[in-house]
This record gives sequence, C-alpha cells and structure tokens, in this order.
Amino acid sequence: MINSVPPAAIFIIGAFLIPFLRGRLKSAYMLLLPVLAFINLHNMPKGKSCIVKFLDYNLILARVDNLSLVFGYIFILITFIAVLYALHVKDDRQHIASFCYAGGALGVTFTGDLLSLYVFWEILAVGSVVLVCAQKTKEPHSAAFRYFLWHFVGGIILLAGIILYVHTRGTNEFSYIGLSDPASYLIFVGFCLNAVVFPLHAWLPDAYPRATVTGAVFMSALTTKSAVYILARTFPGADILIWAGAFMTCFPIFYAVIENDMRGVLAYSLINQVGFMICGIGIGTPLAINGVTAHAFCHIIYKALLFMSVGSVLHMTGKIKATDLGGLYKTMPFTAICCIIGAASISGIPLTSGFISKSMTLSAVGMEHLPVIWFMLYFASAGVFHHAGIKVPYFTFFSDDSGIRTKEPPFNMCLAMGIAAFLCIFLGVYPQPLYSILPYPVDYVPYTAFHVVGMLELLMFGALAFTLLILSGYYPAELRAINLDTDWFVRLPGRGVVWLCNHTLNAIRSMTQALFSKEVLSVAKISKHPYIFLELFWNLIQGKRVSYQEFMDRPYNDNFYRIPIGLGACLAIVFLFVYGVIFI
Amino acid sequence: MKKRKKELTFLDSTKNRTRVRNYFYISLLILLIIDLFVHKHGHFSWETVPVFFAVYGFISCVSLIFIAKALRLLVKRKEDYYD
Repeated sequence: MINSVPPAAIFIIGAFLIPFLRGRLKSAYMLLLPVLAFINLHNMPKGKSCIVKFLDYNLILARVDNLSLVFGYIFILITFIAVLYALHVKDDRQHIASFCYAGGALGVTFTGDLLSLYVFWEILAVGSVVLVCAQKTKEPHSAAFRYFLWHFVGGIILLAGIILYVHTRGTNEFSYIGLSDPASYLIFVGFCLNAVVFPLHAWLPDAYPRATVTGAVFMSALTTKSAVYILARTFPGADILIWAGAFMTCFPIFYAVIENDMRGVLAYSLINQVGFMICGIGIGTPLAINGVTAHAFCHIIYKALLFMSVGSVLHMTGKIKATDLGGLYKTMPFTAICCIIGAASISGIPLTSGFISKSMTLSAVGMEHLPVIWFMLYFASAGVFHHAGIKVPYFTFFSDDSGIRTKEPPFNMCLAMGIAAFLCIFLGVYPQPLYSILPYPVDYVPYTAFHVVGMLELLMFGALAFTLLILSGYYPAELRAINLDTDWFVRLPGRGVVWLCNHTLNAIRSMTQALFSKEVLSVAKISKHPYIFLELFWNLIQGKRVSYQEFMDRPYNDNFYRIPIGLGACLAIVFLFVYGVIFI
Repeated sequence: MKKRKKELTFLDSTKNRTRVRNYFYISLLILLIIDLFVHKHGHFSWETVPVFFAVYGFISCVSLIFIAKALRLLVKRKEDYYD
C-alpha cells in the first residue's frame, strides 16, 4: 500500500502538519518525515508508477530508475541532516518551506512527464524564496525578490519550451530531449538557469549568502543539483555543456578569492563544483555520468557541511565577513574541525569523498582526450582548494585573532555537522556503497598511487603558493566591498525599466486615479445631500445667480430637509388606493 | 578567567606557527621524492613528466591570485553600490 505514495507527497503533505505539533513531538515528527520518505522510496518498484490522468495527458509521479534513485536518496539524506541542523528554529514558516522545497526537489527527480515537472519546478522555486526572505531585514527581502524574478523568468521560459515541445513532438514524456529545435533550446535555457550556467548564474551568489543560516543548507543542496539531474537526463552529450561546464569551474574561483562574505565564497565555489558536473554531462559517457552522479552525491554532503559550519559561526557571532572573523578555532574547535573536513572534501584530498567522485569526471575528460578542458578542470581543482579549501577555514577559524569569544553552536547543529563530516570521510575511505548505486556499473579504482600522488601534489603546491603569497603580502587583502557580476547587466537596465514605467504607465495611472477620485467625491457628496440639485435647478429657474461650488459645500440640514414620516405613509396609501381602483 | 584557560592557544606563538610551516615544507619534499618512484599512466603525455602536477598546481594558484587581483580592479564597488 505504501508503495503507491509518490516520493514528493510525504514531504509536501507532511509539511502542513508541522504547525499543529509542539515541542519534542514536533522535532521527532520532522525527523521522522525523511525516514518515512526513505523507507517509501526503498520499497518502490522500479519503473513508472503513480500515474494520474489529467486532461489528455498521463502525469507520472514516480519514475524510479538508477539515475533518479541516487538523487532521491541523497535529497532525502540531506533533508534529514538539514532538518536536524534546523531543529532549534522556532519559525514554522521556514520548516514548512523547507519541506515543500525538498518535496519539490524529490518531485522533479521522480516525475516522468514534463507537465508535473513544471509544477514541482515552481514548488521548488517558491519554497526556496521563502527561505531567503525569512530573514527579517530589508536586504534579504530585496534579494528574495530578485531571486524570485530570476526563477520566475526561468520558469516562464521553461513553460514556453514545454508547451512548444508537447505541441511539436506530441508527447509530454520527460526523457532524453537533445538540442535540436526551438522548443528544446527554450527548455535547455530554463534548466540552465537553475544549474547556474554562465551567464545565468548571478542569482546564486546574490541570494545564498542572504538566506537564513539553516535555509542556506537546504538551498546549497537542492536547487542546483536537481537541475544537474535534469540536465543529465535530458541533455547528456550536448557538446556546449562541456565548454560551459569548464568555464563554470574556472571563472567563479577568481570571484571567490576576492569575496569578503564567507557564504559568498561558498556560493561561488558551488558554481565551480556544479561546473564539473555540467562538464561531465556534456561528455555524456557512462563514466562521466557516473562521475556526475557520484560528485553530486558527495558534493551535496560536503557543501552542506561547509554551509553548516560557516552558518554556525554566523549563528553564534552574527558575523560572516572575512574582515570581521578570525581566531575562532580557540572557542569553536569542533566547528573548525567539521569545516576543515568539508574543505578537504571539496578540494578532493585523498581519503575524503571529493577525491573518489571528482576524479571520475577528470578521468572521463582524459579518456575523451580533451586537453584544453583537462587543463581548465585541473586549474579549477587547484583553485577550489585555494579558496574553499584554505581560504574559508583560514580566514574564519585561524588568521589574526578577531577578539570574538563565543562557544560551540547548539547540540542539534553540532550533531548534524558531525554526521555530515563522518559521511565525507566514510565515503572517501569506503566508496563501494556509493559506487554500487551509481547509474552504470562502475569499473573505476580511485586509489592508485598515480592518482593519489598527482592530486596531492597539485593541492599541496597550491597550498604552498597560498602560504608564500600570504607571507609575502601579495595575497589580496579582504576588503569591505562587493564585486559586480553578470547581474549588473540586468540590475542597472532594470532601474531604467522602473524609471520608464514610473514616468509613463504610473503617470497615466495616477492621472486617472486623481480624475476618478474627484468624480467619486462629488457623487458621494450628492448622495449625502440629494436635494442639492433640486435647489440648484429651482434657483436657476428663478433667475438667481448661484455658484455650483457654493451649493456643493452647503451642509445637509436635518431639520430643514427631513420629510415627516406621515407624508410617506400618506403617499403609500394613495398609491395603494390608485392601484386598487385600477386593478380590482 | 576560567574560560580563557580552556581556549586553544597553540597557534598564538610564532614558534608553533613556524614549526607547523616547517612540517608542511618537509611533507612537500617527501611528496616530490615519492613522485619520482610512482608508476605513471596518464591519458596525456605531460602527465608522465616528473613533478608535473606540483608545478601546475603552484603556477595555477599564483596566476589565480594575480588574475583575481586584476579582476578586482574591474569589478570592485562599495558595499552600498546597488542601494
């Protein structure tokens, strides 16, 4: 019986029971939901199920296969960890949004048709918007609005593509699409916006650093990786993605080096990591798709771990900028260790989860003999160690002592970080459980002496460069500043659009409003004083010169105008009498 | 005062910092020595060149920093730029 529940339903429906529960029961319930979702998913039969007929189309709410299953498992796992991390939050709105958001991601993962894909896609967007604007200050509100606009535009492009696709191809099946006709290009652009493909990436470093401490953990895991899954399903082997992905791995690391906000650094490194996945999708061979899937799986855990550890610092100190932090390892050693484990994983240091996953994509690039891409990805691998691997822990927990004295975050946050850190190491040491659930059979050995030594050399000598540059003072100082990104091309013309609307459309609106409110006012006056027209008319007949305005301003005098009630009664009797005479 | 005692102060002393750095440099040296004895089987010819990855990692990170510094000249704005 339980097999018939679509994976997304448990989260989305379950979310709305949260406000009715209190205290420990609520915590237990929220932790139980991902467990239930996992059991449900584990028992689901492979293939398509939960088919609903809607108009002339079949909506497939559960399509379970090797690819969707891996993403489903990791989305549920990270929801469990992120919910545990967020248990102390008192705001039910955030909890509901988080579960709807995770439900949207699961829906996108398991849907088998384009129409329900679109619906879940929008649920995903709305859930995440709430997590950005749940911060009760002005700045996140405007960031949330921009985030919403980006996804609204992306959603509309996707919808246009889907409608055109269903119309031209006569099917709403969500499977391999491939770049061929205008419909497929529109769908591609819609997906690429969520997958932060350059130049459609600017929403991410704008919104993620402004989300709530706990919301950012969900966001780091769900939106981009569900888009990666979708691209892996619909556009594997699209050559353009190889170059787009390789570019995505490189350009954000420059931004990350000069970014002051620690969650901003993590946001840019997220784009860099998704770049590896996008590149792998572009290659599209079984090894590359395995690499993409394994990388997404591990990336979700270590990126969430990094957002959790840096978020803990923000939660405890209220500060997140590199210029304000430093020396926190003294009072937050556990958080510092978790952050270092996350940083080691994202860098792909051997014995961590990043090494056993990212190296698959790198090998796939080598096997396809793409030298330029190879150089770009290895440059990015060294770069990611540089900014996410060293910069984030160094400037937060080490560096010069900022004088901040705090303590470790609440127990639930520590436990969530501990679980994620354990998984990073566990998968790095023992990758077989992950390899066994990948979409294609795995014939890949990560731990060869050549791989390990090569990667260690790349990273350690990158670290040497960092050390020498810091000591010599060449390393760019952390500054209180922002860095322009591609959204500049939207935000500045956007002001022009607002100005134009304000001076044309808004002017017409305010003119019309002024005109009508004047008329409404005079009608209101007349209804208050209906005799006034009779009086005006009577005065005109008598030839008296009177001003209209004077009459309008004359107050209604109760005693003067009131008609005795007897007059009305008398008229009624007369009317009845006439009526009787005529009809009886 | 009691709390201050609990703090970790290992990296406060310059001596310890230097010691950590020296261990790091020694590990780099060991890594280079190991590299010479590892059997190499890359997809590209340059992967088999001794200490290639070390040189590439170092050059990458140095160029990353200088390009980032140049980028900063182009894109840096005040924090209230968009307000």
